[in-house]
Amino acid sequence: MSNNKHDRRNFLKIVGAGGIATTVALYTPFAIGGASKKVIIIGGGMGGATAAKYIKMMDSSVDVTLIETNRDYFTCFTSNEVLSGHRKMSQIKFGYAGLEKHGIKVVIDTVSAIDAKGKTVKTKTGKSFAYDRCVVSPGVDFKYDSVEGYNSEVAYSKIPHAWKAGPQTVMLRQQLVSMKDGGTVIIAPPVNPFRCPPGPYERASQIAYYLKKNKPKSKVLILDAKQRFSKFGLFTNGWKKHYGYGTENSIIEWVASDQGGLVERVDVKNMTLHGEFDKHKGDVINIIPAQTAGGIALATGLTDSSGWCPVQGNTFESTIHKNIHVIGDAAIASPMPKSGYAANSEAKVCAAAIVALLSGDKIPEPSYVNTCYSVIAPGDGVSVAMVYKYQNGKIVKVKGSGGLTPIEFNPKLREREVEYGYTWFNNITNDAFG
Amino acid sequence: MKRKVILKYVVIAGALILIGQQTTLATPTAKMLAYTCAGCHGTNGASNGPAIPSLAGLSKPYLVESMESYKDGSRVSTIMDRIAKGYSKKEFELMGDFFAKQKVHKISKQKFNKASAKAGKKLHNKYCKKCHESGGTNPEDDAGQLLGNARLYLEYTFEDLTDKSRSMDKKMTKKMKKMLKKDPKASVKLIDYYSKGEK
Repeated sequence: MSNNKHDRRNFLKIVGAGGIATTVALYTPFAIGGASKKVIIIGGGMGGATAAKYIKMMDSSVDVTLIETNRDYFTCFTSNEVLSGHRKMSQIKFGYAGLEKHGIKVVIDTVSAIDAKGKTVKTKTGKSFAYDRCVVSPGVDFKYDSVEGYNSEVAYSKIPHAWKAGPQTVMLRQQLVSMKDGGTVIIAPPVNPFRCPPGPYERASQIAYYLKKNKPKSKVLILDAKQRFSKFGLFTNGWKKHYGYGTENSIIEWVASDQGGLVERVDVKNMTLHGEFDKHKGDVINIIPAQTAGGIALATGLTDSSGWCPVQGNTFESTIHKNIHVIGDAAIASPMPKSGYAANSEAKVCAAAIVALLSGDKIPEPSYVNTCYSVIAPGDGVSVAMVYKYQNGKIVKVKGSGGLTPIEFNPKLREREVEYGYTWFNNITNDAFG
Repeated sequence: MKRKVILKYVVIAGALILIGQQTTLATPTAKMLAYTCAGCHGTNGASNGPAIPSLAGLSKPYLVESMESYKDGSRVSTIMDRIAKGYSKKEFELMGDFFAKQKVHKISKQKFNKASAKAGKKLHNKYCKKCHESGGTNPEDDAGQLLGNARLYLEYTFEDLTDKSRSMDKKMTKKMKKMLKKDPKASVKLIDYYSKGEK
């Protein structure tokens, strides 16, 4: 297949700019002249679903196939509200019919291997898919060995991590419901970086709210692998306000890593966590293990020594394997956090770049946003937000933008942040799956 | 042969760009900027509520003015002040271009009281219509969307206008005062009418 026509067009662009072509380096002069535009997307979470939809929205001629293991997707964000009983699993459940309506082929299967050189994806059922560009959005996997004695089997049977919404969310909720009044719920959050930095503390808040209403003699003990955490001042102030934090009767207790918070070992049989100094017995235990990029990213060699995937910030193309893009929690997009909104925003930047690359057009100048809501108690919502741009080859925060909800309690505005958080949930899930 | 020549140009141009990029920063396209709003405001600015307003079909000057007032803190907000500080006026204008081109989105099936909505329509026609045509969905008015917008957003707006955390121009202040003097429950009626989403 000749691509002379295309070369010529790009050549003209270069010459036409009068020698000092302004943005030529950002063109892809030798893209195969519009013949093949096959994109395979691996993973149907926030990142993958959004990328699929937005590639189609921007260029309907691109052949987009999304491969996802599960027929139903449960959002990890807002799943803490299932634990408090505020929401049902059915309210955080989404399918792929919406994407199919946009002309995206959805394949329910598990990717077993990506051949980066041969530009082919293979699945467990023996299917093979060729691609021009592949988007890998696998989310996270767990380093169970970060806590001795913990493993996948324990997580699915007795001590859930519930850090991917699904059966473990249901199990944790049931454990809370059947726990006696006066019981102790232990949450053990991981070291950085991990999916949803404020998540464990919103979880503690939501569980504390449930306990306050239903089992007021009970407690939530947070044994942290860190010295500090996201929205620290907002959470601890909120806990003081709603749950007696800092007093003897506090529903929530938080132990920093160097105060004995770091959990080294779990005795599953005796439901006991062992730290450097103490051991703690829990009636319900939730261990959130340390994390890496999802398995397929590791298996394909898309990760560096950190266990996460290095990418170009303006295209999300892997710096290790060409033609493979990594978005969402698995990617190193720092200073962007590993959040649902960040995955949604990264997916759009990646989608725009892929559409441009497939057509031999200029890679668009990116713009990114993150927003993250947490509900500490009814009527007390808080948020963190940030605007990002691409500068000198890196994703950077736009100076002066973003930040946290003011620490001073404003009932009118805190109440609104709860409702904005709920609307955000409705709109972002529709943006990805609708 | 031809390929070689092109490659040479690309290499030279590429080097020039790398130098150029250090100093000048390109502005993202309207689409790129507007897409980042969708996470909260819905795809192409069509929000399904209950609290975050739609941006689809909004007047460009209104959107730019709103973003500027969030940025300088003159309009009350929870999060928009923090987000608005991330953009230039030129970028607000690009967002405005994008959203003005979208179809106005009306949420169907919001809660409203039937009788109250009927009374609200009358009030709207009497006090508001002159500046908020078509139930407040005409972008030519350079005002925000009323009919079919998220109900809680409408409630918050009336609350802010009443407690003066959001300012109004002289004409609107006068009309609002007159309306509320005659009917202290006028706000709820208007909110019911707008929430119904039909003219």
